[in-house]
Amino acid sequence: MVNFGGWDMPVEYSGIVAEHLATRTAAGLFDVSHMGEIEVRGGRALDLVQHVTCNDAAKLAVGQAHYSGLMNERGTFVDDLLVHKISDTHYFLCVNASNQDQDFEHIRVHNRPGAQIENAGERYSQLAIQGPKALGILQRFTTAPLDSIRYYHFAFGAVDRVDCLIARTGYTGEDGFEIYFAPEHSEKLWSALLDAGSEQGMLPCGLGARNTLRLEASMCLYGHEIDDTTTPWEAGLGWICKPAKGEFLGRDVLVRQKEAGINRALVGFEMQDRLIARDACSVSIGGRPVGRVTSGSPAPFLKKNIGMAYVPAASKAPGTEISIGIRANEAPARIVPMPFYKRAK
Amino acid sequence: MYPSDYRYTKEHEWIKATGETGTIGITDYAQHELGDVVFVEMPVVGTKITAGQVFGTVESVKAVSEIFAPVSGEVTEANAALSATPETVNNDPHGTGWLIKVKLTNPAEVSGLMDAAAYQAFVSEKETSA
Repeated sequence: MVNFGGWDMPVEYSGIVAEHLATRTAAGLFDVSHMGEIEVRGGRALDLVQHVTCNDAAKLAVGQAHYSGLMNERGTFVDDLLVHKISDTHYFLCVNASNQDQDFEHIRVHNRPGAQIENAGERYSQLAIQGPKALGILQRFTTAPLDSIRYYHFAFGAVDRVDCLIARTGYTGEDGFEIYFAPEHSEKLWSALLDAGSEQGMLPCGLGARNTLRLEASMCLYGHEIDDTTTPWEAGLGWICKPAKGEFLGRDVLVRQKEAGINRALVGFEMQDRLIARDACSVSIGGRPVGRVTSGSPAPFLKKNIGMAYVPAASKAPGTEISIGIRANEAPARIVPMPFYKRAK
Repeated sequence: MYPSDYRYTKEHEWIKATGETGTIGITDYAQHELGDVVFVEMPVVGTKITAGQVFGTVESVKAVSEIFAPVSGEVTEANAALSATPETVNNDPHGTGWLIKVKLTNPAEVSGLMDAAAYQAFVSEKETSA
């Protein structure tokens, strides 16, 4: 067990590789109850969500969710999050465990619209069931028609007689669901899903596989690819940054950066020999240090050693040769397009 | 669990010494802590290793770990099979997952290491406190 944002969590159950492959080929079950939840309610709920996040929440339909950034005045990330629109007057935010309290404080300080906000992490547990067999396994426990919940949409329903918010979202690059419910039902739901899923090759997965799966799918991790020094443009997250929606924290900075162009860009790379890049390894181009690896690991499904790093924007093109400082070596690597892994639809 | 004719270090390496030669690997405890081993970096034949100094690295999916020489000596063979099947270190750490063979500089160094009972007690204590 490791301490992660104040939670004792297993890095692995049966082994990172086995758990990773099970999620890609069958299913994986993740206890992600550490994730934080913040609820925003009232007639000004949308105004507040729009003010503190960079994606355009006005575009969300009831029952729809999107990925977004919680921004500060500098146009950098306080956190990344999922915004779920429950109704015109109720938004449900899922944030990172280790940022939950500072996120809530940030939203509270910037609550000029005067929405009702609740730091609701203790009222929810969350399980993620991910992989090509996730839908079939979860469907055995609910009458909610899971197949009709589109990707990045959600519904309310009972799972094994427990009231849940059932969202078709995830952090693995696979199809699957994240379900939110009252914490007293955690053990029962975990056991029921695990029993049913194990017949189909599902494995319980720890933080290790969660990290390798999201890295293969080129998803950002707060504290690695994004933090309060990085902007959405730099992180390749322009698709969640919508200055056209109107005012939000950091908008002016982001508009100016968009016009001026970014100096650095997040890229994906593949190692060209057997050495493995790790977080914080140096990145050089033509012998000149240019940046750091933000995440690096063997990719168990792709069977390559991959990573993400910031490089000068002028050097971000796929095919660019870079080198990674690994112990005494300058190991060759090549910038490649992201995502590294994309599931067949 | 831990072969009685091997000797062990606090850094979780083992050595099986016969006369002037020794075979070195990492222990079952070490492979379990590391998880899935994906790459082993070892010295070439002829490299001199020094007791207590790093001579190679073992990389798992989640971590990289340095390997310390239990004794001083000269490398006579590195386990070439690990290049294609590094997971052997997980599956058979005390046998076919060996890392290097060495010609010992001073065979008496071996007796200064922990025996199997002492090592078992050492890791049991770690597991209890973890």
